[in-house]
Amino acid sequence: MKSRTIKVDYLARVEGEGALHVKIKDNTVVDVKLKIFEPPRFFEALLRGRTFHEAPDITARICGICPIAYQMSSVHAMEDAFGVTVDGQLRALRRLIYCGEWIESHTLHVYMLHAPDFLGYPDAIQMAKDYPDIVQRGLQLKKIGNEIVALIGGREIHPINVRVGGFYKVPAKHELSPLAERLKWARDAALETVRWTATLNFPDFEQDYEFVALRHPEEYPFNDGRLVSNKGLDISVHDYDNHFIEEHIQHSNALHSVHKGRGSYFVGPLARYNLNFDRLSPLAQETARSVGLSHICRNPFQSIIIRSIEILYACDEALRIIEQYEKPDKPALEIQPHAAVGYGCTEAPRGILYHRYRIDDRGMILDAKIVPPTSQNQKTIENDLWQFIPLHVKLPNDQLTLQCEQAIRNYDPCISCATHFLKLKIDRV
Amino acid sequence: MQNKHSILIIGIGNPYRGDDAVGLRIAQDVKKKTPDHVNVIEQSGEGISLMDSWKDSDAVILIDAVHSGAQPGTIHRFDVHTQTIPTKFFHYSTHAFGVAEAIELARALKQLPQNLIVYGIEGKCFEAGIGLSLEVEKSAQEVVKRVQQDIHNCSPRKYTEHH
Repeated sequence: MKSRTIKVDYLARVEGEGALHVKIKDNTVVDVKLKIFEPPRFFEALLRGRTFHEAPDITARICGICPIAYQMSSVHAMEDAFGVTVDGQLRALRRLIYCGEWIESHTLHVYMLHAPDFLGYPDAIQMAKDYPDIVQRGLQLKKIGNEIVALIGGREIHPINVRVGGFYKVPAKHELSPLAERLKWARDAALETVRWTATLNFPDFEQDYEFVALRHPEEYPFNDGRLVSNKGLDISVHDYDNHFIEEHIQHSNALHSVHKGRGSYFVGPLARYNLNFDRLSPLAQETARSVGLSHICRNPFQSIIIRSIEILYACDEALRIIEQYEKPDKPALEIQPHAAVGYGCTEAPRGILYHRYRIDDRGMILDAKIVPPTSQNQKTIENDLWQFIPLHVKLPNDQLTLQCEQAIRNYDPCISCATHFLKLKIDRV
Repeated sequence: MQNKHSILIIGIGNPYRGDDAVGLRIAQDVKKKTPDHVNVIEQSGEGISLMDSWKDSDAVILIDAVHSGAQPGTIHRFDVHTQTIPTKFFHYSTHAFGVAEAIELARALKQLPQNLIVYGIEGKCFEAGIGLSLEVEKSAQEVVKRVQQDIHNCSPRKYTEHH
């Protein structure tokens, strides 16, 4: 009888901190716990008693990496409550700023956090010594994402220009033109990124996942659409709470989200791609095919290629929006608050981000519900580890730990969203 | 665009996380007391923006709160060209790619500024809230003086003559 525990206090290269606890007995996995410590739902409580128009700026503070996603889900939920539809160029600008966030967030993950796993480096710094040009390309590409967010959002970190009904200030057409030039370079760099990530070595690993993402009649999804899955789900965002529930798990302070009657599900780039391949731009589709991908990809390790394809799409889409842009007459629509419940769900870089608010007749928030993508993926990450660890169980502890970390990073878990100051730990008995 | 002899002071931190704000506070104080050719900025600590912000400066002084286990208020000073920065040192951030990573990546890519000095002030409390602890407040004042001295030492003659 031999049992061992692996304990890792920090899981590096995930946003935030977390802990993973794996228990192995006689080369059999007997326990896997992804631990997340969260002062329960701090922000949801904080929002009560604030006015509806404060929600985008308060929730943007939940995450330094995807503030736009929080702003977008909250403004859509408020506009849903008050029966307002933002369209035309204001809607296009929302897609544009979202493109910026995807470019920024995905590039950070692909180049700085995930690629070192595949190339056998402990971090991007060591990788940069051998691949300076590649790392340099990643830095430049990410910067263009930052520039889009800064230009539309007012500043790079915690942008402040998004409001319910539109924006505080909208750019003139000529202000966007310099971005277009830079984006043409970025699109080429993104194309190279796809080609480069496709050459990495991927373990043969697929599960029967339920992928969940938004689907829009015409667009690759950012801001709206119906919630669909590869297992028959097709619902309005209004029905989210009837289909998905959050379960409190004893070992984690974050709530595990499950699809009622089904269990774990998978959100993020892989889910979007599998459910919306036909909505990608022709260039993104061709590029995917040229590196040997079909319209379906079930290997979570290949999410690094899919993320790169989404960077390419975001560059392409940003260019399209800038070309067709005309400055709208007004930066925002008038909002008349009244007692209502509003629902919003948008595609954060890591997957669907759901917001629900109940508002009183003075426009004050009575209660709020926020479900970030990482808490939706958490159960799927644990399930992957249950299947993945047995394949590598004979490796020494340090190597097995690295394999587990790489498998977790497939999901780009933004643990600071799902929780607040989290410690990630890997335990092996 | 900054001119090629510029000095850049970067204060890093989160104003709503207790002692984590010390870098921002010091930057604000230094700004009030420095000559015009010194550029003072505040940042959140996101590594890639950091690398970008110092790329046109010859001399950079970076100030941040740290959590290394030393006594609260301890002032750490690194000359980056002669010392490596322990990666865990500046870990009190939700950024996977933060201050230490930015410095070491810039070193690997040969993109460090000619002079880079890092001050780390050992924090005591990083919980949500506004205001520095007493020990950290005291050290902040000391670091302001030392940064002014560093600026003086880095400044080209034509500037220092007037001050």
